[in-house]
Amino acid sequence: MVGNAVFRVEGLRKSFGHNEVLGGVSVELHAGEVTVLMGANGAGKSTLVKIISGVYERGGGRMALAEQDFAPKTPAEAIRAGVVTVHQNINDGVVADLDVATNLTLDRLSGSGAPTLFNPMRVRREAKAVADRMGLAIDLKARVSDLSLADRQMVAIARALAHKPKVLILDEPTSSLSSAEADRLFALIDRLREQGVAILYISHRMSDIRRLADRIVSMRDGIISGIFDKKPLDYEGAVNAMLGRKIHLEQIVVRNSAKAVLAIEGLRIAPGARPISLTLGDGEVVAITGLVGVGKTALAETLFGVRRPLAGTMTLNGRPYAPETAGEAIAAGVFLVAKDRGENGIVQGFNIQENISLPFHKRMSRFGILRRRLERTTARRQIEELSIVCRSEKDEMSELSGGNQQKVMVARWMAQDARLFILDEPFQGVDISARRDIAAKLRASANGRATLLFVTELDEALETADRILVMSEQTIVGEHRNADVDLDRLLAEVAGGPLHSAA
Amino acid sequence: MTLRDHAIRYGFIVLLFGLVAYFSIAADGFVSPQSAVFIFQSVAITGVLALGVTATLVVGGFDLSIGSVATSAMMAAAYVMVVLEQNALVAVVVCLLIGAIVGLINGWLIVYMRVPDLLATLGMMFLLVGLQRIPTEGRSIATGMTMPDGSVANGKFSDAFLALGRHRFDFFITNLIPVSVVVLLVLAVLIWFFLEYTRFGRMMYAVGSNERAAELAGAPVKAYKIWAYVISGVFASIGGILLAARLGRGDIASGNNLLLDAVAAALIGYAVLGAAKPNAFGTAIGALFVGILLQGLTMMNAPYYTQDFVKGVVLVVALVFTFALSGRGRR
Repeated sequence: MVGNAVFRVEGLRKSFGHNEVLGGVSVELHAGEVTVLMGANGAGKSTLVKIISGVYERGGGRMALAEQDFAPKTPAEAIRAGVVTVHQNINDGVVADLDVATNLTLDRLSGSGAPTLFNPMRVRREAKAVADRMGLAIDLKARVSDLSLADRQMVAIARALAHKPKVLILDEPTSSLSSAEADRLFALIDRLREQGVAILYISHRMSDIRRLADRIVSMRDGIISGIFDKKPLDYEGAVNAMLGRKIHLEQIVVRNSAKAVLAIEGLRIAPGARPISLTLGDGEVVAITGLVGVGKTALAETLFGVRRPLAGTMTLNGRPYAPETAGEAIAAGVFLVAKDRGENGIVQGFNIQENISLPFHKRMSRFGILRRRLERTTARRQIEELSIVCRSEKDEMSELSGGNQQKVMVARWMAQDARLFILDEPFQGVDISARRDIAAKLRASANGRATLLFVTELDEALETADRILVMSEQTIVGEHRNADVDLDRLLAEVAGGPLHSAA
Repeated sequence: MTLRDHAIRYGFIVLLFGLVAYFSIAADGFVSPQSAVFIFQSVAITGVLALGVTATLVVGGFDLSIGSVATSAMMAAAYVMVVLEQNALVAVVVCLLIGAIVGLINGWLIVYMRVPDLLATLGMMFLLVGLQRIPTEGRSIATGMTMPDGSVANGKFSDAFLALGRHRFDFFITNLIPVSVVVLLVLAVLIWFFLEYTRFGRMMYAVGSNERAAELAGAPVKAYKIWAYVISGVFASIGGILLAARLGRGDIASGNNLLLDAVAAALIGYAVLGAAKPNAFGTAIGALFVGILLQGLTMMNAPYYTQDFVKGVVLVVALVFTFALSGRGRR
């Protein structure tokens, strides 16, 4: 290991409005080393990456690249200086409408020294060199929009490597890769490490971390909460530093349910997947956990009528249930808090009150005219119930913190009584206190309905559920009563899928 | 509220009053009931069209075909009465049907054929501009005209139909308020109430702001979008009826400015009271603004060709108000 840091961040600060996201972060990256950055959702990882890569302006602190002051004003500047980032959102790294070759050489199209004329021959030649160096086996003439997500990711990474970076930042690069593709990526990272590139690898997937890390830096609530560089690495210590506590949980009082609300029989949600059968009981909170991409959202959407199952039947309260649209599901009392609230939940132009009433306009109107007083009292009640921090029900959504925005989404669907209440990744981008509030509210109000949570993070399942089901390969592979969970077996089930297993 | 907030909120209203004050001083006879009525009358048709296009803006779409729907309706009304010798009711019904059908086709193209809204309605605009000329081989329609087959069209605009454009109600002064202004006011109140107070209007805004969220809240998003284009088409055809009634003939050369004026009115509406979103009240004010501007310029003897330029400047300024000053336009 080399002693001197190639890249140094000192006391970096950043706030959005009153919300301090980074409170003085200091990190060093060394040549020929993989530094893993761990942090829960909302710890500030992405903000840190965006400052380093020139997307955001820093609020305070210093950055230095090879002892030179480093202050990129644009992403292009950072790239030209040799600090290259592959962002988490794959589609940010590629231009979908262009072919692979152009994507691989995209950054050479602009900046000083770039030729004025676009020469397809040269582009293809350069692209081929880039692809060969990385062992990329993709047709260079293919349009990126025709590629699978995993292939797009490889293109994005290859494009980043075309710059021969001194510092390479990878933001959760394996989240949509198959095991073979991830192995290819790991091999590549090994090669770059030998070449002396300083790598910052952001992930909270333990298998990746065990495979790659030379050092681990844990982040929590906008500060560095632990640095681990003594071999063998203290993985548990790093996780503890990230979560700010032992993974020992306050034991919840597990309930059993006698009365079935939803019964699923032989449901197939993807071609070739094994059928799913399960029963959800009244008053029960069930969590389905599993890695990203194992079909959790597909199952949630099938239950909510947004997606059609390939086979199988569902029974709700003893009656056949086969919703064709979300509207039918809602009418039957099946509500879904969809994941990714910005994309699927929040209506930005609406205030809190209007966001809460959105699915229940029909029930809240007379002769088609909205009953605004009812709308307002409902919103006020829900704000109270979920302790949403706001000035009034008329506040714009953009004025709320992520946690409170999510509370509004949950409040929306708790405004009316559900028979089956589904929440897909309800704790995504939510601070710990909001997460506790939501979980407590879900458990306290669970009677009279079945509650089904889809979560990737195991802790979230352990904190909230009576029963935990494990999903892998588009089906349910395991079931645990949340009283005497055999964690080893559970983890083995989670990792048993086609995704790369724990190393 | 800061000064900036005030500027966003009331800037355009202040501008409107400033404009009225300026013309009152600079143009003789600007301040009179007759002048006011004239402004309203010139605003009426573009206002009706603008209210329709507002509905499509609300669902996040756009309708460029409104101008040609209006002129097609005008030509159809003339054809029905002059050539087919039918009565006013038939003419009105035919016009409304044309508007509804065009709206349905627009909606179908956009929702099911996935043609981007601007392109679909632009295509429809070209199609209608051509279509309305086919029955008469490009000639205007008036009583006594010679048809392509050599016969003479002897029908005429019925008095009932012409009254839509020419009758005036008494209001303090006899013969003051034209029918078209009443139509505009009624439609404006209707669409305003619909968008602000009914669940359908609310959901249309939701569809325009986050389609996916609206869908996951159980809304039939596709139906809402198609309905918006039907509303737009029907409103445009009402505009066409009023235009035909005012002219008393099917004039292929008229109605060229309808699209530009109506779109300008609806987009200016974004800036009124800092709404930063399409809204019926803003659209009505926007139409009034355009009307006052044009009337004032006309009374000051500004050449006609400067009017489009001034209109464009006002539109650009209004858009700056909406998007740059109120952080809402930003992502």
